[in-house]
Amino acid sequence: MTTYLKLDHIDKVFTRGAATTEVLKEINLTIEKSEYVSIIGHSGCGKSTLLNIIAGLTTATTGGVLLENREVNSPGPDRAVVFQNHSLLPWLTVYENVRLGVDKVFAKTKKRAERDAWVMHNLNLVQMAHAKDKRPSEISGGMKQRVGIARALAMEPKVLLLDEPFGALDALTRAHLQDSVMALHQKLGNTILMITHDVDEAVLLSDRIVMMTNGPSARIGEVLEVPLARPRKRLELATNAAYLKCRQRVLEFLYERHRFVEAA
Amino acid sequence: MNMPATKMDIETATPTGTAAPVVAMTPKRPPRGETYARMARETAVRVIPSLVVVALLMLVWELVCRRAGSALPPPSKVFKDTKELILDPFFDHGGIDKGLFWHLSASLQRVALGYSLSAIAGIALGVLVGQSVWAMRGLDPLFQVLRTIPPLAWLPLSLAAFRDGQPSAIFVIFITSIWPIIINTAVGVRNIPQDYRNVAAVVQLNPLEFFAKIMIPAAAPYIFTGLRIGIGLSWLAIVAAEMLIGGVGIGFFIWDAWNSSHISEIILALFYVGIIGFVLDRLIAGVGKIVTRGTAPN
Repeated sequence: MTTYLKLDHIDKVFTRGAATTEVLKEINLTIEKSEYVSIIGHSGCGKSTLLNIIAGLTTATTGGVLLENREVNSPGPDRAVVFQNHSLLPWLTVYENVRLGVDKVFAKTKKRAERDAWVMHNLNLVQMAHAKDKRPSEISGGMKQRVGIARALAMEPKVLLLDEPFGALDALTRAHLQDSVMALHQKLGNTILMITHDVDEAVLLSDRIVMMTNGPSARIGEVLEVPLARPRKRLELATNAAYLKCRQRVLEFLYERHRFVEAA
Repeated sequence: MNMPATKMDIETATPTGTAAPVVAMTPKRPPRGETYARMARETAVRVIPSLVVVALLMLVWELVCRRAGSALPPPSKVFKDTKELILDPFFDHGGIDKGLFWHLSASLQRVALGYSLSAIAGIALGVLVGQSVWAMRGLDPLFQVLRTIPPLAWLPLSLAAFRDGQPSAIFVIFITSIWPIIINTAVGVRNIPQDYRNVAAVVQLNPLEFFAKIMIPAAAPYIFTGLRIGIGLSWLAIVAAEMLIGGVGIGFFIWDAWNSSHISEIILALFYVGIIGFVLDRLIAGVGKIVTRGTAPN
């Protein structure tokens, strides 16, 4: 397999007046097509900054992001983001929120009726077609995040970036959405990069888990392969030895070697 | 007073979670007569207190001003003196001898023109100041100083510039009502959540699309706050400006009545000015409510 997304020697330094803070140091990572990679670390380690750099919403101080061997340094629909707090526009309906991106991305390649069908297709993928005329304030948190996923998928991104997508949801809704994302990944074969701070979520969903050290100057501490066959079943994995071993490795990394000192 | 309100909420509530199979049920409707009786009761509860207060104030006014040698007329005399003006607001005897309808409509036309201009210019400048740090640094201090200048202080300058009463009055309305529109729009634009900007960036909206699809809807609640303050100020300014420029208009009507010692006419005109100011305020508030529906953050 060839390199699809490459993070090449990324450093990020924030400067405020005379004070400089080095947030990220020497981030090197290659992701293959259709791979599901999670980035896990304590809060404040710069993982969201890293995602913003990949999305092009922030620029790296040095180094760069290569997507299919071409440098990307501004935001675009080829790296669609599912934001942590869904970020749906409250004055648009569910349908219009998805349609906004579709109209821009497929302005030339799809006719009106095709764009309409494409929006509905993507709402169907996340089982939200029934609420297409509702406004975001009228649907639940989990539903909003489903629409957020549909909006990102509808742009046909090369890489789907998930920024703690389930962080704001209750445990049951979260499990339900995780299963949905797994099913979508299985079906569509997207390349997905997910930021998370949930160990179980990382092990359940990912092909590889990238563990980051604590900031400032956060680095990639360890990369763990998750050797579990897909499709994965939540209940069966609970007693699976390989699953438990992976979980153990991540927990050890986070709580023994890189304990979050400030959290005490 | 709370009881009927809560009862109504329960009856009109619709199930929002449609995931579970919903058995169709026809809600029990109370009989027509009962509905109307309840509506009448609710209206009465709201209207009666203010009517009582108005009646009491009129009574006090009547008692205070009824004795001989009183400087101001009591309400009964006001009504008697201005009966003709109230009953026939549409007469036109040429010049400025016109019914109140024509005076009010002349004033409203000036306000409509001046306010429309200030709404357009105010929103445009507000967007500029809200969006660009340099525009804010350059313009904000200027705005903060200019907005404290009283409306009428602009009048001599605008008369000198335009050499005519009509455009001067319109300019005074413009310059009075523009500041709250600029400032509120700027705050609204500055407060657009970064999330919405990120969405626009990922979707790659161009600046024009960003303006129409993100900025205006997101800032609409702020913009309408500014517009509402602006309409109030322009109605304040027009009455004062018209007193000085003369011609047809409710402001000059008041001044003219004072010069002819028709105190009752002044009181009637003030009543109309108040009512129209109230209606204008409610109008903008109502438009704002319709336009900003659904823009509240969730």
